[in-house]
Amino acid sequence: MSNPILQVENLTKRYGAVEAIRGVSFAVEEGEVFGLLGPNGAGKTSTVEILEGLRTLDGGRVSVCGLDPQRNPQELKREIGATLQATSLPDKMRVFEALKLFASFYERRRDPEELLKRFGLEEKRNAFYNQLSGGQKQRLALAMALVNDPRVLFFDEPTAGLDPQVRREIYGVIEELRREKKTIVLTTHYIEEAERLCDHVAIVDHGKVIAQGTPRELRQRSGDTTRIEVRLAKPGSVDKLKSLDGVTDCREVDSTFILHCQRPPQAIVALVKHLEAEGNELTSLEISTPSLEDVFIELTGRRLRD
Amino acid sequence: MKHFLTLTHSRISLTMRNKIFLFFTLLMPLGMFFLFAGVFGKGEPRMVAYLLGPVISLTVMGSFWGLSANLVMYREQGILRRFRLAPLTAADMLASSLAANFILTVPTVVIEVLLARWVYHVTQFGNLFAVVLLVSVATISFASLGLVVASVTNSMQETQVICQIVWFALLFFSGATFPLPTLPKIVQGFALFLPATYLVAGLQKAMLLGAKTWDPALEILVLAVWAVLAFFISTQLFRWEPEEKVTRNAKLWAVATVLPFLILGVWESKYGKLPAQSKSIYQSAFSSGKTAPEAKPADQAPR
Repeated sequence: MSNPILQVENLTKRYGAVEAIRGVSFAVEEGEVFGLLGPNGAGKTSTVEILEGLRTLDGGRVSVCGLDPQRNPQELKREIGATLQATSLPDKMRVFEALKLFASFYERRRDPEELLKRFGLEEKRNAFYNQLSGGQKQRLALAMALVNDPRVLFFDEPTAGLDPQVRREIYGVIEELRREKKTIVLTTHYIEEAERLCDHVAIVDHGKVIAQGTPRELRQRSGDTTRIEVRLAKPGSVDKLKSLDGVTDCREVDSTFILHCQRPPQAIVALVKHLEAEGNELTSLEISTPSLEDVFIELTGRRLRD
Repeated sequence: MKHFLTLTHSRISLTMRNKIFLFFTLLMPLGMFFLFAGVFGKGEPRMVAYLLGPVISLTVMGSFWGLSANLVMYREQGILRRFRLAPLTAADMLASSLAANFILTVPTVVIEVLLARWVYHVTQFGNLFAVVLLVSVATISFASLGLVVASVTNSMQETQVICQIVWFALLFFSGATFPLPTLPKIVQGFALFLPATYLVAGLQKAMLLGAKTWDPALEILVLAVWAVLAFFISTQLFRWEPEEKVTRNAKLWAVATVLPFLILGVWESKYGKLPAQSKSIYQSAFSSGKTAPEAKPADQAPR
């Protein structure tokens, strides 16, 4: 292993009686995209905001670019770029002005013109911030995160609240940064985002990392089997479904049965016969290959919801 | 320093795009100018010169309202958070808003003085240098007061309520609307604890006691001390994050803002001659057989 550019060891944080982060550890290598995947309230934002030097930590150690965000916040800010949640710019600030203004705060900087072009904001250069659409605001936020040509980028829920088309547009932008070997830490609660964009993923829940690895490793970990998700007209039994021909495992989540199958065709035949014999019926059936969602379900018994 | 300059520049252009700002910084003060000079002062040069004190004071004091509202809005909308990601300090943010406010407020004062000169033929402006100093320290100190108010309130609503209360006190108990000598004795006593009283009185002394007077030196000094103190306190209390709440300590700090005028007020009530002096200035301005204006319309509060 090379020397990680970012390290988190046993991080803890509490807000009053609430333990938001309960011993999180991970490391990010230079040039990779690292994803923190988890439901809302899992502690993702708190974690990245501690790394950005915006929040204090209660326990553990973090280091970003060899700097301690608590002790050297100003040095750290020169090395990082970020998009935040719940943030905004003054209504009457123009797009290009914003890029130029923020670029002026750094010694090392990128040409605002080039960023404008790259993020497809040329036409909007003189538009006021409050005239931009959600997607344009997010593209501007991404462009602004790059003004100082940072060594590490943090994108906190970069596509939350955007419609699918705009989301894909943002994916394109992040994928381009990934090709350039930028080091990126992103948080998300979208499976697709983590699988598509990240080299490494840490799945977080209730302030803890419950699994870590490449998306592929994580999927394999839950068995490389096909999933059949069924809803039944009448209540069914997990044990009976599990013993069907071709089914290796079964669990019930939110009254949906998820069957793991080595041989899907046999499993489906067996399932239909079984239901007929029981006088039960299928109300829906879906077949999918394993995803990080399954990993989450297996580890927590819950779905990772939007 | 460079950050301070670019931020100031950016704030000035943002403010200029705001129509509400134009109303409060330019139109309303000028409206007040004509109301005071034309109606209350009946266009008499001496009375107009006297009333320039309150008019300029109101123009300058308006800063505190605008700045506190702006800072709270920036905090609540998460704009400050975005700035916080850049290598900027609280002092950069606050000083740039003071500087922008200064640059945008002073022209209105200059216009008021020029209008007094050209429209109402006021020829004597007394010690103009003292006037400049008073306007400068007062613009900064009242704006800093606004920054302190923004830092001890948790929401825009709270800020507006506090500004309303402070504004009315400054307006009616200080000689900024009704001349100090016309106020009831008890109000005059209370007025000695308000910064606005010293600003109005200082301006009137500077303009009416002749070109050589340094009588308002005390007012200049105290307002300058107050500016430094209030700015320092505002940097200590500054919060970037909307969810960070005001601490009890912060509220105590904020109370320290009133100290200079508490001390000065006590001293003035014991040994000072401010009430007597404003009375004689008032009488000489409104002498020559004309009766003093009675109660004036009380509605000059912005928003």
